[in-house]
Amino acid sequence: MKRSNEPVLWVLFSAGGVVAAFLIPVLLFLLFLAFPLGWLKPPSYESLLSLVRLPITRLVLFALCFFSLFHWAHRFRYTLYDGLQIKHLNQLIFPFCYGGALVGTAVAAYILWNI
Amino acid sequence: MNEVRQNPAYTEFRPRWYRAQVSTWWWLGRWSYLKFILREISSVFVAWFVAELLLALSALSSGPGDYGEFQDFLRNPFVVATNVVSLFFVIFHAVTWFNLAPKAMAVRVGGKRIPDLWIEGPNYLAWAVVSAIVAWFLLRA
Amino acid sequence: MAETITLEVTRYSPEEDTEPRLQEYEVPLRKDWVVLDALNHIKDKVDGTLTFRWSCRMGICGSCGMMVNGEPKLTCATFLSSYASEGRIRVQPLRYFPVIRDLVVAVEDFMTKLGSVKPWLIRREEKPIAEGEYLQTPEQLDLFKQFSMCINCMLCYAACPVVGLDPTFIGPAAIALAQRYNLDSRDEGAQDRMDVLAQHEGIWGCTFVGDCTKACPKKVDPAGAIQQYKLTATLDRLKSLLMPWGAR
Repeated sequence: MKRSNEPVLWVLFSAGGVVAAFLIPVLLFLLFLAFPLGWLKPPSYESLLSLVRLPITRLVLFALCFFSLFHWAHRFRYTLYDGLQIKHLNQLIFPFCYGGALVGTAVAAYILWNI
Repeated sequence: MNEVRQNPAYTEFRPRWYRAQVSTWWWLGRWSYLKFILREISSVFVAWFVAELLLALSALSSGPGDYGEFQDFLRNPFVVATNVVSLFFVIFHAVTWFNLAPKAMAVRVGGKRIPDLWIEGPNYLAWAVVSAIVAWFLLRA
Repeated sequence: MAETITLEVTRYSPEEDTEPRLQEYEVPLRKDWVVLDALNHIKDKVDGTLTFRWSCRMGICGSCGMMVNGEPKLTCATFLSSYASEGRIRVQPLRYFPVIRDLVVAVEDFMTKLGSVKPWLIRREEKPIAEGEYLQTPEQLDLFKQFSMCINCMLCYAACPVVGLDPTFIGPAAIALAQRYNLDSRDEGAQDRMDVLAQHEGIWGCTFVGDCTKACPKKVDPAGAIQQYKLTATLDRLKSLLMPWGAR
């Protein structure tokens, strides 16, 4: 009997869950609420750019994007199966989710390489 | 495994079983199911954050003008509302994740299973520490 | 406390009905009565056609599982007085199973799934009796004891939405019982069980809703068993993908 390769997707989902849990709340709060709305003093354009350009920042942000996207892909796939009961559309759902995550990862790699 | 069960021949001596269909709205039927679906939906907001982050990085890399426009975009009321909702969902994700972590790991010390709090506690602590470090880097810049 | 309480009980006659309906019965509200007592009162004194399963009436045989006000419960362990304030109790057959008649559900699917995980000790070679008993320390027993408490009552199947949505999902109790044997130091069958569980239709339907653990009357924690098994299956799969030459 063939053993599934589902575990590989599951471990990416789990890693993504951990990364997203630790990093996203503070980043979302600061970058997309506190700074633009002036609740806290935002970093200047130059200092933010130099911070992002550091190799370690690029690596961390890439890992954040990669794992978070695969976390979304796996969880959303099962939400579509169970929530909307459209498991029979698996031929569309599977590539949409994991393909989407791959595309997002590629975009992240491109941006972070060239920033 | 289920071939026989799915289509038995119904005869006088094997009358029809009733099979209820699971409703599309099954997840509204119980509070625990609704909480579960909300937890799963949080993944969409995780993906939204990644998309926003990539937009921010792209604007950053284009120059101060584009970066300023992106900041204006972030101040749009609909975007603010979306981000407030997203913040709730990503925190919900983190909390439910840390609370479930001990169930998935049967850690034993000296032959006995350690209490769930010994796994949840350090996770929350690490969360606070990591958040503080990130905030420090962004606020001192 | 009032004198009586109303039970709304599912009736389904496969010869006559196309769909189940609810029938109301007024039963005495005795403080020591459980829902099973009320059902037996109905069958003895009011309506002998009511059909339901029960056996030990003390929470160990697993026969009397039903939905009580939407929650999967052992009717021998659910007191009428808990529902005194509501005044009505709805008793329905276990969710996500086909209904044969009234409150009786078809359990063949569960029995097949349970059998498929080989819930018995598997040895490559049996130890001869002359060599004595298998010895097990309390720590070794503690590894699997919780999962051995399962009474096959199927309340976890009635709680799990994936059981209802995905008929190929093996289900909480079967996986918990597989773990009971996988973690038993006397067992050598973990790989045999993994063949069944690690298929796509095995454990991977589980999305950790967690309702199975909440419903379990014996504190087996099937949700925990499944997540732990996901980890085991993953490590095994990664090992075989990354180091295929390893002897299995």
